[in-house]
Formats: sequence, structure tokens, C-alpha cells
Amino acid sequence: MDDPLKRAMAPRKNVRSVLLVALALVVLAVLPQLADMFEQPALVSLATRIIILAIAAASLNLALGYCGLVSFGHAAWYGVGGYVVGILYNHYVSGDPLFGLPLGTDQMLITLPVAILVSGLFAAVFGALSLRTSGVQFIMITLAFAQMIFFFFVALKAYGGDDGLIVRRRNSLPLIDTRDGATFYWICLVIAIAWFALLRRIVASRFGAVLAGVRQSERRMAAIGISTYRYKLAVFVISGMGAGLAGALMANHARFVSPDMLHWTQSGEFMIMVILGGAGTLLGPAAGAAVLILLESQLAAFTEHWQVILGPLLVLMILFTRGGLSGLWKLLRGGSNG
Amino acid sequence: MVEPLLRVQRLFKRFGGVSATDDLSLDVLPGEIHALIGPNGAGKTTFIGQLMGEIRPDAGAIHFDGADIGGFSTPKRVRAGIARTFQITQLLSDQTALDNVALAVQAGQGHSFRFLKRAAEDSSLRAPAREYLNAAGLGARADVLVCELSHGEHKQLELAVALATRPRLLLLDEPMAGLGASESRAMVAALKRMKGSVSILLVEHDMDAVFALADRISVLVYGRIIASGAPADIQADAQVRAAYLGEGES
Repeated sequence: MDDPLKRAMAPRKNVRSVLLVALALVVLAVLPQLADMFEQPALVSLATRIIILAIAAASLNLALGYCGLVSFGHAAWYGVGGYVVGILYNHYVSGDPLFGLPLGTDQMLITLPVAILVSGLFAAVFGALSLRTSGVQFIMITLAFAQMIFFFFVALKAYGGDDGLIVRRRNSLPLIDTRDGATFYWICLVIAIAWFALLRRIVASRFGAVLAGVRQSERRMAAIGISTYRYKLAVFVISGMGAGLAGALMANHARFVSPDMLHWTQSGEFMIMVILGGAGTLLGPAAGAAVLILLESQLAAFTEHWQVILGPLLVLMILFTRGGLSGLWKLLRGGSNG
Repeated sequence: MVEPLLRVQRLFKRFGGVSATDDLSLDVLPGEIHALIGPNGAGKTTFIGQLMGEIRPDAGAIHFDGADIGGFSTPKRVRAGIARTFQITQLLSDQTALDNVALAVQAGQGHSFRFLKRAAEDSSLRAPAREYLNAAGLGARADVLVCELSHGEHKQLELAVALATRPRLLLLDEPMAGLGASESRAMVAALKRMKGSVSILLVEHDMDAVFALADRISVLVYGRIIASGAPADIQADAQVRAAYLGEGES
């Protein structure tokens, strides 16, 4: 295909993509009403879960897909975010001081930012160490650190240990009733849209250009005078903060946090969402999260051994679409245009 | 006597039993093209790696513009004003030629902790990048993806990216290797246009190109400089003819 043809076709494809995203947003916005109409009350809760996991998967994708940092410990930052909400709520209810101060709270406007900051701090400390390595070593060391944090929370008897912590009531917001399922769904949706919009800006910025360079050739980066370490650390921290945000929302959604949130299988699920949806694409991880959770919930209704079906399905998907769902989408779209 | 821009003194590097760099001393004067020739395996690429800080020498000193840069990391050397091209090209293959050069321009403008403004619409990056592409003779192919460019164009792009770091010393690792006759001529012409504005250490096998461009030539064999001097002297040197310019050399 020659260049002028490609250029002439590009805008039309873009318009179509924008329309499609707009349509998806409209459907998402009225999803609670649709669920009412079709008498599927469980749908809102399921959609909330998908949206929250999409935030976490998209944040992993920033490091993994855009910068090539295969972090196998993403669930750690997600779990830490959840525990921030759980611990703050616990102290709010009991009135016990935290670090000697009356810090307990159930205000979402406080808990979410604190969860983001604490997760970012954890990611900064462990990222600073992990990023001294690369390749397979990096994968293994992020996994090891995440498991370390997992066992820390298992051993943390003051906050439930193995059993986790119950958050009896969702964090509250001024003027808004967060206890209503649909309202909480909309809160998560708005936060997710803001997060994806921010990611879109970041990957197109100068910082994003450096990330893409690091992914493709670190040697080239050095040869043009860029010391990559601090950029990798920055993207690792941003990625951890996104996961912390998702964890805090999940703690509110499930009204429960436990070490399971930090388990390596959860890290693996985030990776599957990213790879299934298409690593290094903006909306791929959201699609990956949706498909994975829907498949899980649908297949689980048929058989308790649903993973036997899910596994081969994933392998086929990845083998034949090159680039996951995004690759499949491109194939279909390219075909209909040609 | 002009102070050399690059001065390398008694550099040594061994890999196991092999001496890749053996008591190598060499300098590059401001504005000159100093060619480094030698048979395959003579240690030319290893030498460039040591100048860039990618490989640590066992002994010896490297001074650039009067300063000892032996302890500098690669990015720090680049910021000091040394750039290289790669014999085996190291380009960002998912992106366009212009993107590759724009990133090098960006690297020269301080830190990249700018998260919100679109880099692809930043004329302070794109405009200079186009100029460097033009200087390397690749202006017409700016918006083509690297993976769709030819081998010769990759070589030109390597040069444009190196130029975009605004070097005072350019280390060119076989810029003509694998080029067709007309591509080679274009590359020689591009380097001739740059001559005088930037000092160049040219590692090259193409003797026509070397004799067309170089002010001085040094001959490297088994990590050792066996001869150094003006092109005419090197051509006449019996030792060099035996070691390198002899029969059968292409």
C-alpha cells in the first residue's frame, strides 16, 4: 500500500474510532438504567468490577506495554491501595489512633488520594531496587517483592491477617450517596475516564516518547544522551499509583480487603488483561479486563473447571491475533476497508 | 599546535586471551576527519565502544576537550558532545524517521519530565529534526516508519540521529557498509558537507570513501596502530600495503 492512500484513509478510520468510543461511553453512562430495563441488577456490580480492574490493567500497561517493563508484581500496589482504605476505615470505626494520631477516616476525598500516594511510595522504594535489573531478572524480582508484601499482610494480625478486613460501609462523599450501587458505578466510571484521558496525554508527551524509546532500544537512548533509569522509575511509580487507585476503589466496591488482592495470581490476571487486550494500546487493557471478567463469570456458570476452557481460548487469541483484541480489531477494520 | 579535541593515550582492552585494544594512542583535531582503517576483527568497533563508555577499558586515558572523560557514563559523554553511529543500526523501528530524530533533539533540550503537551506537535522538536534529516539526505522520507526504510536509509538515519545530539565529535562506525554505489556517493557527499563544522572519527572499509574524506588515516591491526599519517603517506607505506591494502582487498 502506498503512502498517500494510507494517509487518505487514516482520518476516516479515526472518525470511526472516535464515534465508536463515544457510543461506548453513552452505553456505559446509561448502563444502570439499561440493567433496570432488562432486569439484570447484577450487571451494575459486574460492570463496576470491570471498570476498576481496567484502571489497574491500564496502569500496568503504561509500564509493560509502553515502556517494556514486564512487572510481575502489579497486584502489590493494587493491594496496598485497598489496604489503605481498609486500615483507615478500621481506625475510623474503632477510634484507635494510627501512628499515634487520630488518622482514621471514611471520607473518599481523603482515602483515595492517600491510597494513591502510599502505593506510589511503595512502588518508588521497590521500583528503585528492582530497576537495577532488567529482563527476566526484573520479572522475578518484582514477583519476589510483591510476594514479600503479600506475606507481610498475611502476617499482619492487627488488620485481619489471612482473613482480611471488612469495610462495613463504603467511604462517603459530601452530597453524594455512595452506598447506592449505580452512584458508585458512575463514580468509578468518571474516575476511569479521567485516568484513561490522563494516560492518553502521558503517552503522547515528551515523557511518553522516552518510554517508547526505552521499550525499543535502551542502547539507542544512551547514545542520544538519555539516562533511562529515572524515567523507568517514574513510569513504575505512576503505574503503581494507578494500581493503588484501583485497589482503593475495589476495597469500596467489595467492602472487603484481603491478602488475596496482592497475590501473584492477581498480578498474572492483570498481565493477561493487558496482553489479551493489546499491550501498548490505550484502550486494549480495558477491553482485556472486560473480556476476561465476562468470560470468567459466564464460564463459571457452566463448570467449576472454567479455567480449562479459558486457558486454550487465551492461547488461541494471542497466537492468532498478534496484539490481542486490539490486533483482532485492526484486522477486522482493515478487512472491511479493503 | 592546535589542542586536539579528542586525545586517547595508551588504551588497553583484553577479552580473555584476545587483545582487542593494545596500547592505542590517537587524537582527533578540531574540524578534521580522522579515518581509522583496518581488517575485520582489528578492534575498531571495540575502540568506539570504549570512547562512548559502553565498554570499560582496562587501562589508558581518554580526554575530550581537555577534560578526562574516562569516568563518564555514555549519556554524559553524549551531553559533553560526542555522538556515534552504529554499524548494526540501533533505531526505534516502530516509529517514523522523524520521530527518531525528534527524540534525539528532545534529549538535547534538558529533562523529559513533561507529561501533558503532545510531543508530535511540538515544533521546537519537529522543525530541527527535519533539518537534521535533510542534512543526512533523508528529508523526503521523514514520515516513513523505520521498519519500512531501506538499509541505506537506516544508515542515513543513524547519521541524522547522531547529528541531532549536536556533537562536536562524531564517531562513525562503517557508515558505508552495505550501501549501493549511489547510496555510498550520497553518504560521502553528506559527510563532505559537514566537514569542518564537526570533527569526525571515521571507521570505514570503503577505501574510496576514506581517501575522498580523510585528512589523516590511522591503520589498526590486532588492536594496535601500525601506521598513522596523511592519506598519501598511508597509501605509500609498505607495512600497511602488506597488512591491509594488499591484493584481494575489496
